[in-house]
Amino acid sequence: MRFVDEYRDPAAARALVSYITELAGDGHYKFMEICGGHTHTIYRHGIEHLLPTSVELVHGPGCPVCVIPMGRIDDAIAVSLQPGIIFTSFGDMMRVPGSQGSLLGARARGADIRIVYSPLDALRIATENPDREVVFFAVGFETTAPSTAATVLRARSDGVMNFSIFSNHVVIGPPLRAILESTDLSLDGFIGPGHVSTVIGQLPYLFVAEQYHKPLVTAGFEPLDILQAIAMLMAQISEGRCSVENQYTRCVTEAGNPRALAMMDEVFELRPTFEWRGLGYIPDSALRPKAEFAPWDAERRFEVPGVRVEDPKACQCGEVLRGALKPWECKVFGTACTPETPIGTCMVSAEGACAAYYNFGRLHREVAVTMGGVS
Amino acid sequence: MCLGIPGEVVELLDAGRHLAKVDVAGVRRNINVALIDDEGVVPGDWVLIHVGFAMAKIDEAEAQSTLETLRQMGQAYTDEMQAVVGSQIA
Repeated sequence: MRFVDEYRDPAAARALVSYITELAGDGHYKFMEICGGHTHTIYRHGIEHLLPTSVELVHGPGCPVCVIPMGRIDDAIAVSLQPGIIFTSFGDMMRVPGSQGSLLGARARGADIRIVYSPLDALRIATENPDREVVFFAVGFETTAPSTAATVLRARSDGVMNFSIFSNHVVIGPPLRAILESTDLSLDGFIGPGHVSTVIGQLPYLFVAEQYHKPLVTAGFEPLDILQAIAMLMAQISEGRCSVENQYTRCVTEAGNPRALAMMDEVFELRPTFEWRGLGYIPDSALRPKAEFAPWDAERRFEVPGVRVEDPKACQCGEVLRGALKPWECKVFGTACTPETPIGTCMVSAEGACAAYYNFGRLHREVAVTMGGVS
Repeated sequence: MCLGIPGEVVELLDAGRHLAKVDVAGVRRNINVALIDDEGVVPGDWVLIHVGFAMAKIDEAEAQSTLETLRQMGQAYTDEMQAVVGSQIA
């Protein structure tokens, strides 16, 4: 166990790996970690090489930067280039390529695009610039959607009318269902996302166990958390059970954060359908402001082209995002597509599977290969 | 953006606007605590912060180990802290 020594509690890590190895026996088990933060931890700490070859981890769609389709980036850029607009975005989104370049490129062409930490920073920019229209590029799962909702409610109560959001918020349940329905992947269980679950709790995952008969264990972000979640998954399988369990009780409760959920419900409604990179159109998978919040909805206020754009042919982010392909199996990985010159979203975000593997995973894999530990 | 970062509440600023001052790895900034108001936030509490909003109360041991995990992330952590430093929530 070459990598285990860097763990906070190496003895506990060794014990978990032995337990997992014993339960897996001669079988082969494939688990998907849904969250990009988990993917990062797995590569950073070489978890896949600690595990026996009988247990395989595949990466899921839980990186909000990665799942945004190119057309939505083009839409964001089109809005940012309209006169009088101050376009605000999280830093993560700036380098994501659309079909005509990125937001960074649009800024170089003269668009007034500002990086913000919080939607509340965007709202502050609006109050400081009453003669300009400030648009916030709202992205993320249920982790960030309540914050956007709270900001829209604040804009309404403060009467800030030159602020609006371009909502690309998505929800985690429907893409899981789409993955469970897809035929090119047979999974034995899921490592559930941690921080999203602080908001939504455990109930939205029940369908995974009840309708698809797969176990799901919500996990924290430390390497030991992930090993423990895998051990819990293997225990369920060996006992012939499938249920939704919580390894991350330090942060996640059964019901989530009711106040955050209530604010999301007040401001947002489900879109009938939304395009995901790699997964195509998924019904009821994204959020837009309800009609009563139209004054703060950039899609109702500004010209948004709404053109659908195919991913570049060389890019295989789609397959990577639904776990069908490992990052290093992509044709352009590490050659034409690198963190400096990304072709696809998975290489842009630090939580994207390709960037995480490029930065950390390769080294672990090279060591593992020289030790004969990986096929 | 989807990294949650722990911070310690050092001062409640404006109850009506749900504003609190927090210390995040030595950087003091304002955040919004509306989403955890029901839990009763007081100075000394540790909270998990996403994009300027406290999402959950956590204990100090969890906060420290989460910070340590984040620091090991390298660039992603540096980017997140840089974003926090640039924030001026009022």
